[in-house]
Amino acid sequence: MMRGRTAMATAITAVAAMVLTACGGGGFSSEDSASAGSLTSDSSKELNVLIASSGDPETTAVKAAVAAWAKKNNRKATVSVASDINQQLSQGFASGSPADVFYLAPEQLAGYAANGSLLAYGDQISNKDDYYQSLLQSLSYDGKLYAIPKDVSTLQLVINTDMWSAAGLSASDYPKTWSDLESVTAKLTSAGHVGLSFSPEYARVGAFMAQAGGGLVNKDGNKATANSAASVKGLTEVKKLLTSGSAAYASDLGAGWGGEALGTGKAAMTIEGNWISGSFSADYPDLKYKVIDLPEGPAGKGTMQFTNGWGIAADSADQQGAVSLVNYLASNDVVMGFAKAFGIMPGNKTLATQWKDDYPALSPFMDGLKYAIGVPTAKGASTVVSDFNSQLAQLKTTEPKTILDKTQTNLEAIIK
Amino acid sequence: MDVTGTQSHGATRIKHGNERLSGWLFCMPMLVILGVFLVIPITMALWVSFSDWSGRGSPFSSHVNFAGFSNYAAVLTKPGLAQSDFGTAIRNNAWYTLLVVPLQTLLSLLLAVMLNRRILKARGFFRTAFYFPSVTSSVAITVLWMFLFGASGSINAMLSWVGINGPNWFNDPRGLIQILLGSIGISKGPSVLTQHGLLGLSWWEWLAGPSVAMFAIMLMVIFTTSGTFMLMFIAALQSIGEGTEEAAIMDGTNAWQRLWHITVPQLKPTIFTVVTLGIIGTWQVFDQIYTGTKGGPSKTTLTPAYLSYSAAFDNQEWGQGAAISFVLFVIIIVMTWIQRQLMKDRKMSRRKTAYYAAMKAETLASAQSASGLGTGQGSARSTSTGDAEHV
Repeated sequence: MMRGRTAMATAITAVAAMVLTACGGGGFSSEDSASAGSLTSDSSKELNVLIASSGDPETTAVKAAVAAWAKKNNRKATVSVASDINQQLSQGFASGSPADVFYLAPEQLAGYAANGSLLAYGDQISNKDDYYQSLLQSLSYDGKLYAIPKDVSTLQLVINTDMWSAAGLSASDYPKTWSDLESVTAKLTSAGHVGLSFSPEYARVGAFMAQAGGGLVNKDGNKATANSAASVKGLTEVKKLLTSGSAAYASDLGAGWGGEALGTGKAAMTIEGNWISGSFSADYPDLKYKVIDLPEGPAGKGTMQFTNGWGIAADSADQQGAVSLVNYLASNDVVMGFAKAFGIMPGNKTLATQWKDDYPALSPFMDGLKYAIGVPTAKGASTVVSDFNSQLAQLKTTEPKTILDKTQTNLEAIIK
Repeated sequence: MDVTGTQSHGATRIKHGNERLSGWLFCMPMLVILGVFLVIPITMALWVSFSDWSGRGSPFSSHVNFAGFSNYAAVLTKPGLAQSDFGTAIRNNAWYTLLVVPLQTLLSLLLAVMLNRRILKARGFFRTAFYFPSVTSSVAITVLWMFLFGASGSINAMLSWVGINGPNWFNDPRGLIQILLGSIGISKGPSVLTQHGLLGLSWWEWLAGPSVAMFAIMLMVIFTTSGTFMLMFIAALQSIGEGTEEAAIMDGTNAWQRLWHITVPQLKPTIFTVVTLGIIGTWQVFDQIYTGTKGGPSKTTLTPAYLSYSAAFDNQEWGQGAAISFVLFVIIIVMTWIQRQLMKDRKMSRRKTAYYAAMKAETLASAQSASGLGTGQGSARSTSTGDAEHV
């Protein structure tokens, strides 16, 4: 009896071990060195592109562009739309068979780059100096460029022009300073709506911190400046607006984001980015709005910028093909096609003027790139930022310094 | 014992061997399935929780090192964001369990008792209706709930009919207990509570109670799970004989007394099951959070299960994610054990045992005499009335 059991147990263990080895196969076959010439190039494989789409126009445009590249190079490539891109990317990296090319957010980049999932292909992009330096920096880790910018966005002030004129305001009243902003916000507030609304997150209130000369991290992203005097000043201004009653968080108005608050007439102004053009024409076609520069703070103009890059997996069987595809997707014609299809803003200087000529109403967004600050991108930064965001909800009843002190401690723990 | 058998009866040995082999063969499919989908993944996760695996390739590859208890330390003992997030998640989920388990058990029991009445017309319809939320996808229900409890949703519209200005449910991070305290003028906790704490959270924060947003999720979960547990109670109720119930009616008890003193004690095994399943289910709450609030507002709907997911998939802290899930596992085991101890049948006192024995003997005797006389009903009645007087 004993013997039989032992034998059986051994057999089971053996099977388990075999299964385990099978699970463990693959993965580390290729190292993440990306010096030219050492790229994998198995062109028999199909290239998989994983995107997080904002909607049908984006999906269609990206699919068309990828198909055009595939046809030109006689290759096969498919585009899949992720429902949860972080989860799908992580799963791909863990299993050793990730998508070859994908959208890559700067706040996720450090985590993936640190575990070697990403190909640092930046050196093989010919026109990389054409991109704004601050964008390249937010897509770099440890001095290596892991992705080139797919697009860029900045925040500016968006106003409902009907409410603006109904409040007796004209173009000469566009706020230039914080006190201008306070007074127009008060004037625009009525029984039915507030003057200004935005989401309770760093990606919006950070603009005020930038206008005061602060931000959660310094320009190079290597020092936490969350509780600097400038950052505190910026957040204090936000608190002042909120407690005045003429500004409110979008969530407090029952809106999912600032654009919804503006579109549904719950607010007369909001702070949002260039993505509004697409979403407003789809959801609120009758809304009359205008984009103007955010006011200057004590340290001059300031706003926030966001970018998304094209990432390539280190485990891709055809890194060369992937680089070629990214080069094509980042070429001027394709980028301007994307801009037309779903309203992105190109991240390179060559296209900036052309884009402003094509979309004059949105040009303040492009101008914002000159003075915008980015979000922290160190590994673990997204947890810290989301903790900061969760505290912002209570800004009305909390001292800005208290919130920023805690965030400073959290940032110092991850920025070494 | 086998050895002697093999020596004397060679033929039997072969036969036994065959039986054993075929036994294992029959079990094999299940063993393989359990191994591949349960044992191996759990072993992997346990290893990941003790390793520095960063999320790329196999956790068993040579690049991955043993990291000791560092992942557990990060969430349990090392002051920092990981610890306070974990503390917040445990706080939220403890309140959630504390309120959801008793409420859903009570509600499902009452629904079951109501539906078990013969007098009720259209019982089948009501059973289906109450069970319906349980079989509907939790994602669909969450989406529905987000609409109902929106700032300008139906719930607030209904509240406004009676003059109540409803909260902005899913965006309201205020704790229910702190709201109550605030309404009587206490907005700051005593320094005993605010200066000390556990897992990076002060006791005052622990005692804040579930947030309004969490409360809305609790209502939703009670709404969806009560149907399943109701079904379990109905099944149990139907297996209870009607004798005791009728006897109690004869004794002149009212419906309420019968429910609490006759029905509920007989349902004890089912209550145990329902509470155990409730505790396990509530500590594992994930899909409502994932599809609904993602832990917001202000992390008040963050739960350990969701935190484990987001630590791993969003922040590439795979070791911490796995460690959280094993701490959660321990919590569930401990809670279930405590619950078992609380609901265990207590030993009866000697006096009570003697009393019950006497009562049994009396019943037996009267039943015998009754069968002799042929008027069973009358004597049974007198016996039970007598018992009732003793009690």
